[in-house]
This record gives sequence, C-alpha cells and structure tokens, in this order.
Amino acid sequence: MGYKKKNRHVGIVGVGETKFSSHREDVNQAEMIHEAVRQALDDANLTMDDVDCVVHGNMELFEMIHQPDLWHTLGSGAYGKDAFRLTTGGTTGGTLACAGDNLAASGMYDVVMAIGFEKLQEGHTTGGITNMADPLWARKLQSGALTDSAAVKLIEEFGAERARRAAMTYRIIMDKHACLNPNSHRAFGLDWDQMDDLMENSPPLIGDLRLIHMCSQSDGACVVIYASEEKAKQITDTPVWVRDHITVHREETLDLCNNYYPTDTTHRFAAEKLYERNGITNPLEYFDVFEMYDPSAWWGTDWLKEFFLLEDDDHLKLVENKEIMIDGKMPINPSGGVIAANPIGATALVRVAEAAKQIRGNAGPHQIQKPVNHALASAFGGTMWTVLTMLEKELNW
Amino acid sequence: MQKAVDSADAYVIEGKLALPYSYFAGRVGSTFITALRDSKQILGVRCDKCNKVFVPPRQTCERCMADLRENWVQLENTGEVVNFTVVRYSDKHLPRKTPYILAMIKLDGADTPLVHILDEVKIEDIKPGMRVEAVFSEKTTSTILDIDHFKPIA
Repeated sequence: MGYKKKNRHVGIVGVGETKFSSHREDVNQAEMIHEAVRQALDDANLTMDDVDCVVHGNMELFEMIHQPDLWHTLGSGAYGKDAFRLTTGGTTGGTLACAGDNLAASGMYDVVMAIGFEKLQEGHTTGGITNMADPLWARKLQSGALTDSAAVKLIEEFGAERARRAAMTYRIIMDKHACLNPNSHRAFGLDWDQMDDLMENSPPLIGDLRLIHMCSQSDGACVVIYASEEKAKQITDTPVWVRDHITVHREETLDLCNNYYPTDTTHRFAAEKLYERNGITNPLEYFDVFEMYDPSAWWGTDWLKEFFLLEDDDHLKLVENKEIMIDGKMPINPSGGVIAANPIGATALVRVAEAAKQIRGNAGPHQIQKPVNHALASAFGGTMWTVLTMLEKELNW
Repeated sequence: MQKAVDSADAYVIEGKLALPYSYFAGRVGSTFITALRDSKQILGVRCDKCNKVFVPPRQTCERCMADLRENWVQLENTGEVVNFTVVRYSDKHLPRKTPYILAMIKLDGADTPLVHILDEVKIEDIKPGMRVEAVFSEKTTSTILDIDHFKPIA
C-alpha cells in the first residue's frame, strides 16, 4: 500500500454538532449547516478569517440537489476560500475527516474546516441510493440500504436464540447511551424487560432485521476544524491529535464469491493494516473508546469482531457482558451511535467529533468517566467501504 | 460515410428515476415568500457592516458572517435591468413558451440583482439600465412566480 508518514502532525481544534432530528422545518440547508459552523468556530475560539480551506460533503442526490456546496456558502463561510466537495456515500463523513487531516498535514493549509450534513427528510433516499447499483446487473434487484447479511451470519454461527438476544442487547445499550446524549434523534428509554417483546414484535424489514434494529433517517450537520501542529497548539490547550487513518473499499456485487480479493471484510483488512503500521498488538486493550458507524444492531454486534480482530465468540461476550456500555471495559458509541442519529453525510464525521470530545473530556452527559487517551472512529458506506481514524490525547508516538 | 463506432448488438438500458423532494425554506425564505404572496411586498435584508441589501434575502451575510435575519428592508417594485438573455430552446421544465427573456433585475434599494422573466417588451428594445416594474400574478402559487414577470415602465 502506498502509505507514507505524514508531512506534519494535525490536531482537531474545534467541533460543532446540531441537534439531530427527523425534521428541521425551521431552517434551510445552509442555515442548518451554519449552526454547526458557528458552534465549531466558537468551540475553537476562531472566526472564519482564521480558516484557510473548507471541505463540504453529503450523499449525492439525497436531497435531490446538485452541487449543494456552492449555495451553502451562505452558511458555510466558504466565500472567497479554497473549497472542496466530497461525496463517498455513507463514508462521506469519514472521508471528510481524512481530507481535513491530509489537507492540513500537506502544508497547503494551516486550518481546514470539514463540514458534513444531510437533510434526509427533504429527499427520497432510496431513489438516490438506487443510483449506486449497476443498471445492468443490480438496479432492478436492489433492496436499498437494508440487508440482513449480518443477522444471517450471526444466526448461522451462534444459533438464532443467542444471536437475536445479543443483537437486541446491543440495541438496548445503544438506546441507553442515546438517552444520555442531548443531540440524539431517537432515544426511546428502552429497558431490559422489553427485550423479548421487541425481538418478537418489532416490525420485520428483511429477514431477521427488524425496525428497532435499524438506524434512523435524520437531519443535521457536523463540523470539525483541523489545524497543523503549530497552529493547533496556538489555538487550544486541548488539541486532539489525528494519529492515522485508513480507507479500504471494494464493490461486492461483482465479487460475491470473493474470487479475486482476500476473504477478509474491508473492516478487518483496514483494522489489521492500521494497527500493524502503528504498532498496536491488542486493540481491545489499547483503545479507551470506539465510535463505530453501526447502521444496525446486527451489524454493530458482528463488526466488533472485525474491528478488534477477535476470534470465536469474543465479540458476543463483549455485548452479553455489557462490556460495551459507557462504564464498561470497551465503551462503544457513548453517543448512542448511528442507530440514535443518522444524518448520513454528517454521520461518520460525528463519530470523529464524538471521539475527539471524549478525549477532551467535555462530551457532556455521555462523557466516559475513566480517562480517555486513545480513540477509534469508523465510517461505513456501500457497498463495502471502511474508513478508520485513530485519535490521541498525547502527541507521543 | 462510415460510422465512427460499431454499435451493432450493443444493448442500451432505458431507465427512469423519480426525484421527489421537499425543501424547507427556512424562516427567512418563508418570510419572503409569505410577504410576496399575502402583501405583494418584496423584502430584502441589510448587512450594516458590509453596507449591502441582499435580494433574495439570506439569514447570514456570506462576506462577514453577520446574522441578518431581523434586518428586513422593504423594497420598491421597481428597478433596472442589469443584464439579460433570451431562452430559445423548448423543454417541459421551462416556465414559458419560448422565446422568452430572462433578466437580472436590481430593484431600487437593493445591491444584488434578482433573476426573473422580462415581458411586454421586444427583444431588440431591451437595454441594460432600462427601468422596469414587477407585475404580480393573479393567482398565487406561493413561489417566486407570484411575481409573474417584470415589464418596462412606460
């Protein structure tokens, strides 16, 4: 892989997030973005004059608009500045985070603002996402963003009863976290005594994937400001350092039998490479928090195995023993994760923003009480696209 | 003449995608459109720092980031043509039978031009700087087409 050490270190110096919800009828797109921009600037104690470059991203066609970055200048502050638009599907927010880091590391820009947004209520997501599929082979057969592949896999491996219980345990834990996060779109107040009822009666979507397992469609925006080491130290006493990030993807439709590629998932492949080049031998011990892009409780449960390079049923035990809770051994998504809020173009950037806040220690009611020094954030998009980002409290590697 | 590309046996898939959407106009946009619809008033916003009146209005000044949402200015229904072009091709999405004239019109009291239809004038008679006034639609559609068009001031 063409990986080279960074030209210079980069720190996160400001974050902003809107409240996530099903509707934002009170603001247009530029106005909603502006809320997050304003928050991030205030958080970093900067003005737009201090920002050298703006990177903007969301899902193609999800609001049925073309080149939104141009007219969002009214809210983004990009007027007269170098600016880029990125759109890499569900991973857009993760790619925005990579771009923010790379652009600041390159030396081209000292301060870079990354903006992710989505107003899913305004468009027709299935209409947009169907465009992803090849018109000859897949477009007539596609089921949009819904799949029960992880459920099939877990049930096959561990039996229906244990797998279903693990997925619902994961779901309830995420809801408990969402209830702590004031920005959550969905926080139901689920409790353990509802487990059997939900497993039985939540409306089925595809196979064993039920409505309660699945992420929401949300409106919202997220902004993260990146600065070079020198600038970051001037701007804030608590920069969060971007240690490394990695992107791995492949088109699954034309590779269903994995004839030409390794049989590893892109998640495991990305994790192995990232840990290897950073000398991390036991990720479960190393990281203090993981903000995972978990589109459903089934995926979230299954993917723990991939991201932490686990074997056998170790990932199920993490869930069953509630070690993934905010006060557990390996807190997953203290924010509530993607099931709690999914403004897609912002979603993966929210993972990075939330991980950064946990390291700073000012996440709010969902702050992990133990010290957080090492954080991991993931992004996921179709068809199999992984971005993994590592954040650090200390610049000492 | 020989064909440049051999397209024999090349299958083309004909498809059609629906693109339904809603657009939340925001409070500033909503105020503009309801004033136009209910009172036939055209509103702009002023940025005091940049000394500019923006039409259409926006919540934030993109130059200095000032919050403009309360700085309403009522504009005249009159203004001048900044520039114009003639739409000559026909398509279903166009608002008029072609040919018709699209003009940038700077309303009196505004610093930015508004794009709209210019009518009741011969193409050869239009000149930048020409004085025009708004003609409001008889029936509202709660859109920018509640101004039906602009016409020259006699």
